[in-house]
Parts: sequence; structure tokens; C-alpha cells
Amino acid sequence: MSVAKTVLTIGTAAFASGAVALSALPAQAWEPSHPIEIIVPAGTGGGADQMARAMQGIITKHNLSKQSVVVINKSGGAGGEGFLDVKNSKGNDHKLIITLSNLFTTPMATGIPFNWKDMTPVAMMALDEFVLWVNADKPYKTAKDYVDDIKSKPDNSFKMGGTGSKQEDQIITVALQKATGKKMTYIPYKGGGEVAVQLVGNHIDSSVNNPIEAVAHWRAGKLRPLCVFDSKKLDYHDKIAGDLAWDSIPTCKSAGLDVEYVMLRGYFMPPGVSPDAVAYYVDLFKKVRETPEWKKLMSDGAFNQTFMTGDEYAKWVADAEKLHEGLMKEAGFMAKTN
Amino acid sequence: MLEDVGNLFHGFAVVAQPYNLLLMVVGIVLGVIVGVLPGLGGANGIAILLPLTFSMSPTSAIIMLSCIYWGALFGGAITSILFNIPGEPWSVATTFDGYPMAQKGKAGEALTAAFTSSFVGALFAVIVITLVAPLVASFALEFGPPEIFSVYFLAFCSFVGLSKEPPFKTIASMMLGFGLGAVGLDQMTGQLRLTFGFESMLNGFDFLIAVIGLFGIGEILLTMEEGLSFRGKSAKLNMKVVLNTWAELPRYWMLSLRSCLIGCWMGISPAGATPASFMSYGIAKRISKRGRFFGTGEIEGVVAPETAAHAAGTAALLPMISLGVPGSPTAAVLLGGLLIWGLQPGPLLFTEQKDFVWGLIASMYMGNIVGLIIVLTCVPMFAAILRIPFSVIAPIILVFCAIGAYTVHNNTFDVVMMVVFGIAGYLMKKTNYPLAPMVLAIVLGDKAEESFRQSLLGSQGSFSVFWSSALVSTIMTLGLIALFWPLIQNAWTKLRGSAGEPHPAE
Repeated sequence: MSVAKTVLTIGTAAFASGAVALSALPAQAWEPSHPIEIIVPAGTGGGADQMARAMQGIITKHNLSKQSVVVINKSGGAGGEGFLDVKNSKGNDHKLIITLSNLFTTPMATGIPFNWKDMTPVAMMALDEFVLWVNADKPYKTAKDYVDDIKSKPDNSFKMGGTGSKQEDQIITVALQKATGKKMTYIPYKGGGEVAVQLVGNHIDSSVNNPIEAVAHWRAGKLRPLCVFDSKKLDYHDKIAGDLAWDSIPTCKSAGLDVEYVMLRGYFMPPGVSPDAVAYYVDLFKKVRETPEWKKLMSDGAFNQTFMTGDEYAKWVADAEKLHEGLMKEAGFMAKTN
Repeated sequence: MLEDVGNLFHGFAVVAQPYNLLLMVVGIVLGVIVGVLPGLGGANGIAILLPLTFSMSPTSAIIMLSCIYWGALFGGAITSILFNIPGEPWSVATTFDGYPMAQKGKAGEALTAAFTSSFVGALFAVIVITLVAPLVASFALEFGPPEIFSVYFLAFCSFVGLSKEPPFKTIASMMLGFGLGAVGLDQMTGQLRLTFGFESMLNGFDFLIAVIGLFGIGEILLTMEEGLSFRGKSAKLNMKVVLNTWAELPRYWMLSLRSCLIGCWMGISPAGATPASFMSYGIAKRISKRGRFFGTGEIEGVVAPETAAHAAGTAALLPMISLGVPGSPTAAVLLGGLLIWGLQPGPLLFTEQKDFVWGLIASMYMGNIVGLIIVLTCVPMFAAILRIPFSVIAPIILVFCAIGAYTVHNNTFDVVMMVVFGIAGYLMKKTNYPLAPMVLAIVLGDKAEESFRQSLLGSQGSFSVFWSSALVSTIMTLGLIALFWPLIQNAWTKLRGSAGEPHPAE
């Protein structure tokens, strides 16, 4: 019964919080007066969901906030449902949304009417990395081996598996196609873990899984990382598979494949929220970043730990939007209504 | 092998610590509650409780959370049998015979059969996991999109033509289900389909909302029309029912074994518990001597889906721990938990985290035994619910249905949809359109479509991909045989010219 009750409280809290936040203008530092709601614009179990729930656990365990944190998944329409909810919660100081690349790709690909400018940027928590993986039984030792083989065969000889359609994995695939001049067959799956296993089972030829999705298979000798799609190597030196660590993987650019892509893991709030509330959450997230649990999560997932707030963050997002717009247009992924 | 047995006993020692035992009981009870509430479900229950477990050791945490999972698997059967409201997707097939049994006053028997078969299925699956985990993990790797599609194809085929209604009504109902299932985001192209520009349609029609409406609300409307009272009031309310049912159950050992095998296969492949329960029910109906009575309250019709669903639900945890691929939505949330606790699911988990893996496996044994005892002792209590006057219980059911529908996506539009589905369900029953094919199409339609299109993408549009390997060809052939079984059977009977037992027109 307690579970059902919790859920009900969440619902009421969400309705009430907006009104109260507007009426109460405290002189001292802003504090939440209701449970804080984190919207995840994706399903349960994915990368954004894991990060939101880990933060929920960290905040609870270390007592970083007087109010509890509630995580709610709104994954409909490739996350559009969650973004619309935040866009329409004007002035709600108790609502946050964690983003993935669908912040850009969903409105572009589906025409669902929202844009990051409809929301208030809070902070970038980390950047998620992408690695080019192949099955360890294949003869490719370097990205160059693989690219050379792609170039020597006709279009569509190679199958790239990825998460979702017209989202980050397919965008990287399009960029790869541009770099190699050959088309690949892109096969969308529901989740990253599924993609990694399809690669282990040799049902696809390569993937661009996030580190955390494929690391277990790398350690087990089933998958081989060829290169990482970041401007610099991953900054983690612990041995993972034999003598290899995350920083043993070369960047794709150095391997002759000029493609770079990282994915935002950051927070936004509804429009019209008070600056004090934003400052409160920035401070809260800084505290989260200091905990050992957070550091472990970062190193397990080999995240790029860049932290940004304020104008710097907004500028980064604006640049990322331009990048996505260019790639999506080129690939013909834009919705017709746009 | 011997080492594994040692590890397992070590696991039992871990689980048997009083603290862990307490967590186990708490988990089971919470799980049963979560399973009973339609819409809440195991996945939501675990997701809500996950952050609470961060301060526990991973082993204690997984024991509690996996026990919620077992509890939810048990609990899903309760509302299916008593009120025709499946609390979980895999309980839909249980309603087909469980609810008629309850209406005949045999609620206690149906519940006992459901719980016991659940237990048998889970036990079988966990033994499979203990003995052949590494082998089984590599079997799961064989499943690419064509193989997965073939499994769904088999699930549809073994179910088509089961209903007593005219085939055209069955097909109409199923097609409507496919249509409803297609609303929302098309996974393969990233485009929205059939939303007509309404924001509230982004989510599509969730299976649970359709089921809560079609079955739950529809049933209440029917009962209101028929005179505002339950028909199952005469259910016996003592523990003797349990023992009597137990005495009857061993007779169905062949059915149980078959359902266990179907369940394990579906759980590992990983198609999941829902197709397993439908497939098992369909095949049982085909093979059983009393097949033509299925749907009127046959105990076999409860045993088959429950055994398979539980076997699949348990077996689904194996690909999760050994490959990192969840076999069910609940397993997906557990998987997220593993990562947050700092454990890496994958082939090495078995060697690196022995305490954890064998603690989990031991908790599967213990959790199911504890769960069975808890739910069985409550059978008379559950059956007694039917004695509460309808005018009291119906509003309560309505409220729970509404909460359940809201919980699925935290969306009030879904509550409205539930009512619409309820009225549709009532009208369909009145006009003799079967509900089951529609539900099957909503729940499996989009998944089947996804794997079908993935297969064709990979093969550049060539259908030969569905006959490309021994594995996929075998499953497709089985599917075709299941589809044409009534014809084959007819031909066979005619060929032999024997009068035999007349078979129902299918």
C-alpha cells in the first residue's frame, strides 16, 4: 500500500509546488519546500535513467537535501512527452529534467514543438562517450583496418547496430558514412545493452556503444574497442581488459577517422524559474559530484567529467544544437514540418 | 560443477542471515501488493524502491528487489482470477480460465493452482540456471532479429484460432490491436505514427491501460448489468481447498513440464514471460483432451500459463546477469540497479562476484518457497474478498484501476483512455468479439514488427532471412504447423476415417 501512496503524493506534490513557489519569496537562500521531481525523458534502465536514480540515491544517502527526490520517466514520443511537460510547467522550482541527445534530435526528427531555449539550463553533469566496437573474433585490430575493409566493399556490406532511430547512434553512423564514403546498414534496437549483445552474437558488424554498455563484454574478450569519438583519449588509467585501460583506446581522429561526438548528460528546469532555485540546484549538484558514489559511477562509465553552469553551459548547448542541426539536415532526418 | 554446488550452499548461508531473511519477507509482501495493483507492476515497484537500497550491500539489495519481483509474479494472478483484471501482462492468459473458475465458486482452487504452478515453473527455471547457466548464456547469443521474430510468430500462431468466436471476429479484433499498438513513436524510423498531432497520444496505447479497461472496467459494467453481485460467492474458505487441489495437480505433470520448457526458452531467448504464457496456454488447449472446455474454467488453463510465465520470469534473469540484456521490463530496472551498486553484469560476474551471483540464485530458491507459503496461507483470505458485496468492492476496484492507469505514465489522459477501453470492452463482449487476440496484438505487435523490420533491414529486404539458419527455420516451421494445426488434425482424422473424439470447430 505504501508504494501506491508514495505515487499519489508525488502526483499531488507536482500540482501544488508550482503555486507555492510563486507565492513564497524567501529572503534567505532558496530551499525546496516539496519533493524535487526529476523527469527522465527516456525509459527505465537506460543511461539517463541510471544517472538520475543514482543521483537520487546519493542525495538521499548523504542527506544533501531536506526534501526527497522523485524520479519520473516520461519517455513517450522519443522523450518529447517529458520535454513538453517541463516546457509547460512554467515557474515550477521543483522540477528538473535530465537530458540526453534527444533534447536536440527529438524536436528535429519528429516535429514535436519544443527547444532547449524553452527551458532554463542548470548544469552539465558529464559528457557520455562513444566508442567504436567490433567483435573480437574479427580481424580488425585498429579503426583503420575496419575502415579500409568498409572502403573495399560495396555499399551496405556492413551492419551498424545502435539505440533508437535518428538519435545519437545513427547520427554517428551518418558521420562515419561521410568519412568513409560508403553506406552502412543501420539497424535500430531498443537499448544499448541489447546492441552490445547483438554484436557479441555477430548479428551486426559494429556498434558505437557507450563505454558502460559494452565494458563487460570487452573484459570477457568478446568485443574489441577500436577508437573513441572524443577529441582526446579517455582519462581513466585502471587496467580493464588485460593490459588495456580506457586510455589505451586511440581517438578516432588520430586513427584517420575524423568523427567526434559526445552526449550531454545535463539538467534543465522549466522556463521562468527563480534564479535562486537554479543556484540551489547547481550547489546541490556540486555536492553530489564530491561523493565517492558519484566518482565511482563516473569511472565505471568512463565519462568525460566536464562540469558547466550558467552562460558557459548555455553556449555549449547552443553549439551542440547547431552541430546536430547540421548533421540531421545532411542525413535527411529532419521532420517535414520543420 | 561440484564447485558450483559449494557456491550455492555458500549462497544459502548468505541468504539465511536473519537480516536478509527479513528483507526477503518484506520484498515478497511488497511484491504481492505491487502485483495486485494493476498498472503498478514489478518494474515500477522496483524502480521506486531502488534508491533506498544504496545503503545496503548489493547482495541484500538484490535479495529484496528480486523478492519484489517474485512477489509481483505471484500477485499478478490474484486479481486476474478474482476480478478478471490482470495485474501484469503475463497474467492475461490466466484470466481465460481462472476467472470462470472463480465465478463457479472455485476461486480457492484456481488460486492454489496458480500459485503452485508459479512455484513449479520458477523452481524448474532456477534449477536450469544453476546447472547450465554458461551453456544457456551462449544459446541466447544465437538470437538475432530473425530468430526473435520467429519466436513472436510462433506465439501468434499457437494462439490464433483458439477462440470460440467466428474467425473473422478474431481477425478483426487482432487487427484493431495491431493498429492500437502502432500508435506513438515508430522505433525503426523515429517518426510519430497515428498521433494526429495530439500530444497526449505520444505515448501510444499502453498495453496495461488497454487491459485494465477492457477486462477490469468492462467486467464491472457487465456485472452491473447482470444484477450487481459476484457469482463466485460460494468459494470455500479453508485450507482444505489447498490440499485438495494439490492432490489433483500431479495429474498434470506432463502439462507442467511442457510449460516449464516453453517458459525457460522464452525467458532466455529473451522474448519474456508474456509470449510464454500465451504460447503455453495455446498449446495446452490444442493438446489437452479437455481442450474444448478451455475458457469455461478448466484448471489446466490456469496451470499452463502460470507455470510458463513464472519459468520465463525467472529464466529472464539469466541473460540479465550473464549478458547484461534484460529479459523483462523488471529485469531492466534490476540491471540499472546492478550498475548503480557498482556491479558489472556480464560473463565475468559469475567468477568475480560469487557472493552476489550465488546469493541471488539461492534467494531465487528461498524467495519462491517463502513466497509460496505466504500466498498459499492467504488463499482463503483472497477468496473471501468475493463475499464482500459488489456495491462495496466495485468502487474500490474502479479506484485502484484508475490509480493503476495513472501510474503507468503519470498521465491523466490514460485514465480517460482506460474508461474508453472499458466501454469498448463491454461492447465487444456484448457483440461477441474476443478480447484476447486484441490484447495479444497490442502487447506483442510492436515487438514483432520491430524484429521483423530489423531482420529485413539486415537482409536488404529479402524474406529468405527467415529461413537462413537451422534455428530460425525450425521455429518458423513450428509456427506454421501451429497455425495450420486444426487443418492438419482434421485431415488426419479423415484419413484414418475414425470417429474418434470430435474436435471443436476452430
